[in-house]
Amino acid sequence: MSLGETTTDTGPGPGDDAAATTTSTAKSAGEAASSADVKDETVTAPDPRPDLSDTARRLARRLVRTNSAWTFLVLLVLMTAFSIMKPAHFPTTFNLRNVATDAAVLLIIGVGMTYVVITAGIDLSVGSVLVFSGVVAAKTMTGISDVDAGWGPILLGLLAGLAAGAAWGALNGFLVAKAKVPALIVTLGSLGMALGLAQVMTEGQDVRGVPTRLSDTIGNGRVLGVPWLVVIALLVTVLGALALATTRFGRRTYAIGSNAEAARRAGIPVELHLIKVYALCGLLAGLAGILSLARFTTTTIGGHTNDSLGAIAAVVLGGTSLFGGVGTIVGTLIGVFIPAILQNGFIILGVQPYWQSVAVGGVLIAAVYADQLRRRATQRA
Amino acid sequence: MQPLLEGRGLVKRFGQVQALRGADFTVFPGEVVALIGDNGAGKSTLTKVLAGAARPDEGGILFEGAPVTLERPTDAQRLGIETVYQDLALAPDLDGAANLFLGRELLRRGLAGRLGVLDKAAMRRRAVDAFARLGVELQDIDAPIGTLSGGQRQSVAIARAVAWADKVVFMDEPTAALGVLQRGRVLDVVRKVRDAGTSVVLISHNMPEVLSVADRVEVLRLGQRVATFTAADTSVEELVGAMTGALDEGRAA
Ligand SMILES: Nc1ncnc2c1ncn2[C@@H]1O[C@H](COP(=O)(O)OP(=O)(O)OP(=O)(O)O)[C@@H](O)[C@H]1O
Ligand SMILES: [Mg+2]
Repeated sequence: MSLGETTTDTGPGPGDDAAATTTSTAKSAGEAASSADVKDETVTAPDPRPDLSDTARRLARRLVRTNSAWTFLVLLVLMTAFSIMKPAHFPTTFNLRNVATDAAVLLIIGVGMTYVVITAGIDLSVGSVLVFSGVVAAKTMTGISDVDAGWGPILLGLLAGLAAGAAWGALNGFLVAKAKVPALIVTLGSLGMALGLAQVMTEGQDVRGVPTRLSDTIGNGRVLGVPWLVVIALLVTVLGALALATTRFGRRTYAIGSNAEAARRAGIPVELHLIKVYALCGLLAGLAGILSLARFTTTTIGGHTNDSLGAIAAVVLGGTSLFGGVGTIVGTLIGVFIPAILQNGFIILGVQPYWQSVAVGGVLIAAVYADQLRRRATQRA
Repeated sequence: MQPLLEGRGLVKRFGQVQALRGADFTVFPGEVVALIGDNGAGKSTLTKVLAGAARPDEGGILFEGAPVTLERPTDAQRLGIETVYQDLALAPDLDGAANLFLGRELLRRGLAGRLGVLDKAAMRRRAVDAFARLGVELQDIDAPIGTLSGGQRQSVAIARAVAWADKVVFMDEPTAALGVLQRGRVLDVVRKVRDAGTSVVLISHNMPEVLSVADRVEVLRLGQRVATFTAADTSVEELVGAMTGALDEGRAA
């Protein structure tokens, strides 16, 4: 039976697999009596817009359901508290710009990590992959040119760094999806391997002499008063959030994390999708490595041992479930800034900044506990 | 009449366990055929093999008389074969519409669609319709499936299979978790689907239900087809006898 609905394009999107594309075949009118008609491609009337109050109600319901609502509240409370306690020091452009710049690298890793965790996976290797990519980029730039390198060599270096990150991610994904080695072990292995190889390539010495054109622009420059690092991180966040929430790639990421076997039986190429997700995570770690390189003009090999755990903590604080199937990038954004604001606030207040680790650790455990409770309450059988 | 779908000599092993030992199975066009058998007889395994969700170790599958290999579920789906799995195979964190369109998401027109952007409004609308047709009442269409009752989830799985099937729908114990009212509705759906020309394979342990809705009955025991019956001239006693082996010669195929 015809629903008199608009047709929809079902063409494959980039970054998605043509194999599983629907080619909807319209049923003949006779057959149509049964059932089917979710796939009917019969035409005409333009979409009736759902009425506004209905949309609003749905939005509200969704908001209540998301775990990030309360973490956002925590962030707001923290920022308000610090602003009241130190009005001259905390809520200043200068200070907030610094906080955002410091958080940029972690935010970019966090976006990739969100995808991985939503598939019920984990990636412990991003910190090492970041370092490895930075080393590859630096070696490329300094190898074919010097501190005064033009944009050509810089661009080559950037591409090399990104490719290195994506390659590590793809390797992780391949081992997780095809070889069925648990993600925890795979990425624990590549954590060691990527860092070790980075040290082998550099004999343990940080690579210096990164082109000044890179550090003066992307590394420490600003656009309209906003640091490039922050602009890039926000761009990645927005694109990552849109892709996750509105595209088929995102939808399938959730589906796989929610029930991989169901996804497989529904014809989703689960293994390929997982490889793409880990590759994306690696690519973003590569980007983070480049940004870190541009900022510090050196590879900071020893400076990223906590990045993987920091990113995982941010993702989980943001309400993404370690069991997969649930999570948002907006949550991760909040999850990155809670520790960042805490640390900054403690420093300004003159509290030992080490308290930040203590506080974040506690909040993290509470967040996962809340997730457990939620799952027990909502998932039946 | 030429069978629509036929399994011949299907063997499926899981380590030591032999779930199918040369099982045959036949579906004719436009019929409801019940597949019955004791627990562990191999009904679900046979369903998975014929739906492309598991690969047989031996044996062949014919579709409209021609041999086919079903490497993956999409191969079966392309032939118009859909399945309601016993474990439902739904994504509990996604809502009803997302589950209905799992693996077959609708994309927007134009550039957005080329970028892979979903047409959520269209999917939601069509899902609401598909559920309404089966009389599935979801208080909150946007709620994750995991928050629904067992019966509601089962209905969503049925709605999905029925909505996409052209030729055959396998239903592996679709009424197991349902109350009386819902059970009646599902059986109505089974008849409606059959009347529209799509064959239904109904797996059930409920013999009166089987006799009320099926045209034919095929009996599986220990991984083999041991009997086939025309529903109109058989009885619960006869079916039970064939299932348990008390009546070994049945009216063998
Ligand atoms: N994935 C698997 N791994 C190992 N053994 C399996 C698997 N799937 C099925 N089996 C075994 O194969 C046999 C047939 O199982 P199957 O689920 O097909 O039976 P069934 O007829 O559907 O039973 P029920 O009526 O209880 O649903 C059983 O002995 C079962 O333990
Ligand atoms: Mg079964």
